[in-house]
Amino acid sequence: MIPELGQFALILGMLLAGLQAFFGIVGPALQRDRWMAAVTPAVSGQFVMVATSMGCLVASFVANDFSVAYVAENSNSSLPLFYRVAAVWGSHSGSLILWIFLLACWTLAAAVGTQRLPKAFAARVLGVLGLISFGFLLYTLATSNPFLRLDPPWPDGESLNPILQDPGLAGHPPVLYTGYVGLAVAFAFAGAAMLEGRLDKDWARWTRPWTTAAWAFLSCGIALGSWWAYYTLGWGGFWFWDPVENASFMPWLMATALIHSLAVTEKRGLFKSWTLLLAVLAFSLSLVGTFLVRSGVLVSVHSFAASPTRGTFILAFLIVMIGSALALYAWRAPLLKSDAGFELTARESFLLFNNILLVTACATVFAGTMAPLISSALNLGKLSVGPPYFNPTFLLSMLPLLALLPIGIHARWKRGNLSERTRPLILTVIAAAVIGCAIVFGLFTGGRVLSPVGVALGVWIILSSLIDPLDRLRRHITIPRAVLGMTLAHIGLGMFVISITSVEAFTAERDVALAQGETAQLGAYDFRFEGVQPVEGPNYSGVGGTVIVTRNGAPVGVMHPEKREYWVQHTVTTASSIKMYRTSNVLVALGQDLGDGRWSLRLQVRPLVSFIWLAAFIMAAGGMLGISDRRYRLQRAEAPAIAPVAAITRSEPG
Amino acid sequence: MSRLRFILPLLLFALLVAVFAIGIRESPDKDLIPSPLIGKPAPDFSLPNLTDPAQRVSSTQLRGHWYLLNVWGTWCGSCRMEHSMLLRIKQSGLIPLVGLDWKDDRDDALSFLKQEGDPYATIAVDRDGSEAIMWGVYGAPETFLVNPQGIVIYKYIGPITEQAWTQQILPRLPMNQTAAAGASS
Repeated sequence: MIPELGQFALILGMLLAGLQAFFGIVGPALQRDRWMAAVTPAVSGQFVMVATSMGCLVASFVANDFSVAYVAENSNSSLPLFYRVAAVWGSHSGSLILWIFLLACWTLAAAVGTQRLPKAFAARVLGVLGLISFGFLLYTLATSNPFLRLDPPWPDGESLNPILQDPGLAGHPPVLYTGYVGLAVAFAFAGAAMLEGRLDKDWARWTRPWTTAAWAFLSCGIALGSWWAYYTLGWGGFWFWDPVENASFMPWLMATALIHSLAVTEKRGLFKSWTLLLAVLAFSLSLVGTFLVRSGVLVSVHSFAASPTRGTFILAFLIVMIGSALALYAWRAPLLKSDAGFELTARESFLLFNNILLVTACATVFAGTMAPLISSALNLGKLSVGPPYFNPTFLLSMLPLLALLPIGIHARWKRGNLSERTRPLILTVIAAAVIGCAIVFGLFTGGRVLSPVGVALGVWIILSSLIDPLDRLRRHITIPRAVLGMTLAHIGLGMFVISITSVEAFTAERDVALAQGETAQLGAYDFRFEGVQPVEGPNYSGVGGTVIVTRNGAPVGVMHPEKREYWVQHTVTTASSIKMYRTSNVLVALGQDLGDGRWSLRLQVRPLVSFIWLAAFIMAAGGMLGISDRRYRLQRAEAPAIAPVAAITRSEPG
Repeated sequence: MSRLRFILPLLLFALLVAVFAIGIRESPDKDLIPSPLIGKPAPDFSLPNLTDPAQRVSSTQLRGHWYLLNVWGTWCGSCRMEHSMLLRIKQSGLIPLVGLDWKDDRDDALSFLKQEGDPYATIAVDRDGSEAIMWGVYGAPETFLVNPQGIVIYKYIGPITEQAWTQQILPRLPMNQTAAAGASS
């Protein structure tokens, strides 16, 4: 009964999304007020239906209803309740339901958030969102219905893929999808502006908080995914440039560019058509990512069970959504005029470089991801692209970006006069260079050529970001939250650069074979192996080792790496043990039983690796802080806009 | 012609759609990805052995046995995921795995195998990736089933799953080997 209810709600949700799209797009075009008024009720109805459907799927998992094919394939009665809920999005169909549910949440939020905007514009935004919901609901019902029944029901389910049985799985997809899907709102704002044929500074101010919010979720989602990979794949790697990782990273790069380009459009009314294009592309890349993951054209760790029907359907959907948006762009964008100019060293130029470099970085990642597909489609032979391509090409556009950032945030709008900030800038760059070299050559030895450069850049970004807030603090000027948010996000970026550099340069690892009581050394750390004993989990059994770690004789801790065999799938997974000591992560993974009580162990010390993820969360927090700025709170009767620019004098957030 | 730059994104997108469309047609399903090699002799090769570079692994040595050629690299996340499955294939004793260590660092590869266990009977090294081109490798991991006459019988793209092993590879092995599989499972 419950699955049927879920499916029925899904069908009703699709119909309501169709109405929402129709009234939202056609209503304003024909200037029918009553049609436009029907949009918001359709949004609420669609939300209720989709939420019901999601609830029904969760209920089927919780109740162990193995007559539902999707539940039977992805859950098992021995699976703990927590993972039974997380298993809802453990595979293709359920993750689509999650996608649709989150889109419904964003749509509802957009309906509330656009209440004070001009009616026709708000209706168009919701109309575009309705179109996206409709497409995804149709896709789910036609090709990937999670509510299909089995006859006869299975006695028990096949269970969830063991590497997905992890708290990280519970968090990573929902947060990542919230970011992915959130970009739909920016896309809808762009769509509405193009349908209207009008785009001004107000539009940019309305769009900014939505974009930043989606970007913040995307940042957290990617960080969670990387963290999950680090400790579950049992190998201590945190980024593989896997096609699906790239699929989430490309929209992130685009969204980052969009945030900065929106700043220019809001402040100066420039880059209008460019901003529109970025808004369209950012969401388009999340759709393309969806296509890549689910169509089976690329093979990756994350691939869902693929089928040609699904691939063809998503491709058709891509053509309708992205194709029509880009066609609309080709038609409308030439009408948008930017009349103001700016000098070469003005902030606009720096943000232009920021955009060019971010888009270039995105393009190189895109090229690397698509190259195997393109070369095989064109019969140029087969090729595969890995870190040897991605690392240097990505760095090529990132280094200038990082070097320009500390100067750019001090440049003024319109006029290129940096003189009043020259002194603190020179001081910070010297300080950064000294600190960078001191850390790299003093505290550690070795490292690569780029290590002092990386650390110095990171330190410089942090110091330079602090100049303006400290200056304001000294002169008792209140700091707007937007400035604080920007500062925090840039400090996060600086931390990120420092930690990545340190991980790349100073990671120490060793593979050893130890018998009980033997000790291995890695740098200043000693690892004493105390043997293994059997362990029993709720749905797995295995062996757990005990390793006592000391650093220069001082105790670091006792670590328990495990090797688990999951009963249902007979899959062996490595649960490495990770301990944070000072700022380094010490990792011990249990390898093979070599006989005679000897085991192979992987020992790894990665300095600052946790700060990579922490930095990503700090960036996201900066974004969220920026959104809470007063000027994004919409006044009643927004149409004749308040002037947000005049109130604030200098050094606006980028 | 200033309108052209606004139409450009649309044109690029059309190009991308064409690539995707060919992508779907060419590889509608992992099982159906056509490999021109299937039914044809496997490429002849003679490559250095990973564990002892002085030795060589060659196609002529492998004649007369069924084997699975598995293309992998330590830089490839999916290969790590399929590793436990490879170890179980080795345990089954039904068919030897021949590794093709692709564009990899020798030390990385050796320490990976030491740590995680070595499922391979022998491993050939393809440092510059030229051998993988001969095999038409699309992306690691890929696995080729080769018969005693050196004919490629089947190709699997992506991490080998339990399902791929029992439903695709085992049924393609000769009767006496699959019978042994039935007895052991």
